[in-house]
Amino acid sequence: MNLQESNISENNFEQCIKCTVCTVYCPVVPVNPKYPGPKQAGPDGERLRLKRGTFFDEALKYCLNCKRCEVACPSNVKIGDIIQLARIKYSKKKPSLRDTILANTDVVGTMSSAFAPIVNTTLSLKPVKLLMDSVLKVDHRRSFPKYSGEKFVTWFKKNAAARQDAFKHHVSFFHGCYINYNYPQLGKDVVSVMNALGYGVHMLEKEKCCGVALVSNGLIDQARSQAKLNVASIRKSVNEEKRPVIAASSTCTFTMRDEYPHLLGVDNADVRDQIEIVTRFVYRLIEEGKVKLKFRDGGKLRVAYHTPCHMEKLGWAYYSTALLRMIPNIDFVMLPSQCCGIGGTYGFKKENYETSQGIGASLFAAIEEAKVDYVATDCETCKWQIEMSTTTKVEHPISILARCLDLEATSKLNC
Amino acid sequence: MKEQHHQSEFDVIIIGGGATGAGTARDCAMRGMRVLLVERHDFAAGATGRNHGLLHSGARYAVTDHESAAECIKENMILRRIARHCVEENDGLFITLPEDDLSYQSTFVDACLKAGINAEVIDPALAKRMEPSVNPSIIGAVKVPDGSVDPFRLTLANVIDAKAHGAKVLVYHQVVALIKEQGRVIGVTVVDQKTKEKTNYYAPLTISAGGIWGHGIAEMAGVKVDMYPAKGSLLIFGHRVNNVVLNRCRKPANADILVPGDTICLIGTTSSHVGFDEVDDLRVTPDEVDLLLREGEKLAPSLATTRILRAYAGVRPLVAADNDPTGRNISRGIVLLDHEERDGVPGFATITGGKLMTYRLMAEWAADLACRKLGIDKSCTTMTDPLPGSREGNEAPTGKSFVMEGGRKSAYVRHGELASRIAAENEYDNSLVCECEDVSVGEVKYALENLDVNNMVDLRRRTRVGMGTCQGELCACRAAGLLGEAHNCTKKAEADLTSFLNERWKGVYPVAWGSALRENEYTKWVYDGVCGLK
Repeated sequence: MNLQESNISENNFEQCIKCTVCTVYCPVVPVNPKYPGPKQAGPDGERLRLKRGTFFDEALKYCLNCKRCEVACPSNVKIGDIIQLARIKYSKKKPSLRDTILANTDVVGTMSSAFAPIVNTTLSLKPVKLLMDSVLKVDHRRSFPKYSGEKFVTWFKKNAAARQDAFKHHVSFFHGCYINYNYPQLGKDVVSVMNALGYGVHMLEKEKCCGVALVSNGLIDQARSQAKLNVASIRKSVNEEKRPVIAASSTCTFTMRDEYPHLLGVDNADVRDQIEIVTRFVYRLIEEGKVKLKFRDGGKLRVAYHTPCHMEKLGWAYYSTALLRMIPNIDFVMLPSQCCGIGGTYGFKKENYETSQGIGASLFAAIEEAKVDYVATDCETCKWQIEMSTTTKVEHPISILARCLDLEATSKLNC
Repeated sequence: MKEQHHQSEFDVIIIGGGATGAGTARDCAMRGMRVLLVERHDFAAGATGRNHGLLHSGARYAVTDHESAAECIKENMILRRIARHCVEENDGLFITLPEDDLSYQSTFVDACLKAGINAEVIDPALAKRMEPSVNPSIIGAVKVPDGSVDPFRLTLANVIDAKAHGAKVLVYHQVVALIKEQGRVIGVTVVDQKTKEKTNYYAPLTISAGGIWGHGIAEMAGVKVDMYPAKGSLLIFGHRVNNVVLNRCRKPANADILVPGDTICLIGTTSSHVGFDEVDDLRVTPDEVDLLLREGEKLAPSLATTRILRAYAGVRPLVAADNDPTGRNISRGIVLLDHEERDGVPGFATITGGKLMTYRLMAEWAADLACRKLGIDKSCTTMTDPLPGSREGNEAPTGKSFVMEGGRKSAYVRHGELASRIAAENEYDNSLVCECEDVSVGEVKYALENLDVNNMVDLRRRTRVGMGTCQGELCACRAAGLLGEAHNCTKKAEADLTSFLNERWKGVYPVAWGSALRENEYTKWVYDGVCGLK
């Protein structure tokens, strides 16, 4: 008998057996009744949309693309992808001026960095916030990440680039928008740690924003062209220069590895495995005995780790937490894995503010209760959300590692 | 036994609640006759609900059966007007594969044009753009005005309108005898399937519209109508693979039509002779599934990897002509038998043969005969009068969301303008019973109160509850709850839930592998393990 050998179609929504566990794990459903939930927005809705495009429901915009539904799904249905693709294919809503501004982190970042002190002051003024709220529909209760006066790449060229070739091993570093425009210190920490481990750090030939904000704001063509440019640079780094690519942001990493082929149709199969988050890269070097660490003596530091959604989806939170646990002076606290509610640009939008804060509420409470010196997390937007919504400061695990390592002694061990 | 008054309460009794019977009841009622429609199970429970749901352009019959082809295209155009809410204007393609003879294409197109079917040869490249799922190796393509038609909705709309014109409708009532007086049929004896009570109803004319069962009905009048039971099996896929009907451009054969309909698509059919003892319990065999898949993949290769929801079979009401072992060569033409003229049995007629596509024309012929017999001078208007659901304001409201002011979008697709009667004021009425097919509590309640629903299988035919990929997993218990509430009987609802789930399993069984099997196991676990249903 001609049994279908594999009845897993491209539209793998048919593997859904309606167990509804995705909806149970969706952070939006409990706080926003307008969102139909991943099962209905994803596999159920897809059947209806295939029947007639008019069955597209604009409420799909309430999905914050955390992909926790996909992690929960026991049937391997790419629920989050189905929802994002439906928005790309059917949504008639054109991105607004606000969406375009929020999505274009590169352009806005370049402009803002040049006038950082003015922009930072202006953006924190109450009248400006209210104006942005009413005109652009960017919620006035939201605080903005500060822009740095000097871009990371400018610092790197001036202060670090020259000495990188001297190292035995090499990596390329996808710094991303946040490090470049807002927080060069994290980039500097990555360079110090990698250098101490005997790795030279290089910029990619060309780098554009990974495009995640463009995807979620419906600017797909622009996202695709940026993805192509990034993959071309990564390909050059991996194939010609034999340098794997590391990034500090879990979302940039996830986007380049998985969203490029799934949502944007940009093939990266030949280099995907060589795009890694820095904590995993470092953890593996240590695990394989290729590098040695020497820590500084110092006081106890109490650190709680928050798992960003895309870190959960990558399945990589283990590496960041294991790395933190290796640090002798750290009193480590694991927070329950849950969405903080920011979802990139999602939480900045006026219509999502309540949802965003509602999603994160129990996490914020858990953080306050933990009484820690720092929350560690691999995602910059989680950092903004947690710093805005709690009294605790947030750092990247690599920054914490950089602070606890005796960099000079470590360098000597690895030269 | 209950006796109705001898002086007839009715002018005409119609046996059979398929499309033909419902259509005949509507037509007769619209011409002022007092009508009784009797159906032993539910509307559209026989061959009407067990076919492709193809709105034939007639192209399939053009070469072999000119008369049927010409009837089809005329009715096709009429249904697009009068039954808009039952019809999807999808268009169809007749494709030629490398293994087919391309020279057949010109014979085919000539025959189509002769029958009045607008068949247009198009570039295979254009065909592939029209329907991306089509086999990419096609060497020829002809575009025809095929479409899809929902047989449940169509039959129901006819019933609703017949009732609106005063017809009495009895479902779950079986005709067990034709009452004869001096050689004339003067009425029928009917058994209520639920109470087992027998009642006689009288009318000067009884019309059998019982499809393949017409054979047995005629026997009760002592008349022989030689039917030829030809079984056709089909497979339902989990979602729409194609949006254009795909046919093979060759002499009609097995499994050469893929029809998109509502949320799913269907491949069919097979054709094999079966005995009358089998027509009430048809089984789809592994060989048939095998053949349908093998041939289906040739039309649209992605079927090979698409989940199959279920398999089912129907029996064509063919009127035997010769010793054709497959039944494929018997005309699909309409057969109207005036048994007074043919067999010397006045008061009795049979309308049979034909197809779902020509149900309206069959009804017109039968009602014309009734008019002649009863001396009524009224002409047919069903070719212009829209069915309920397809009248003014049938356009679904447009909006950004599934749920809009006035109800859910999908309810308007299913019920046309009648959807405005569905309660949608509060959150409860708008909440979903069936998540796969987007059926709300309000829609189920509307069906239970207005559309002659006796059990959950009936409810499925009215609303699509349980027709989606979960096959009742999530919706069945909710629907059973509403049914129990409406009928004020929990025990019956529980028994009905069991038989509904078994009926769903019967359809899944022939294709129980992969996701379909996995989902059924899960369903079993939910109902057996969690709900404690035996």
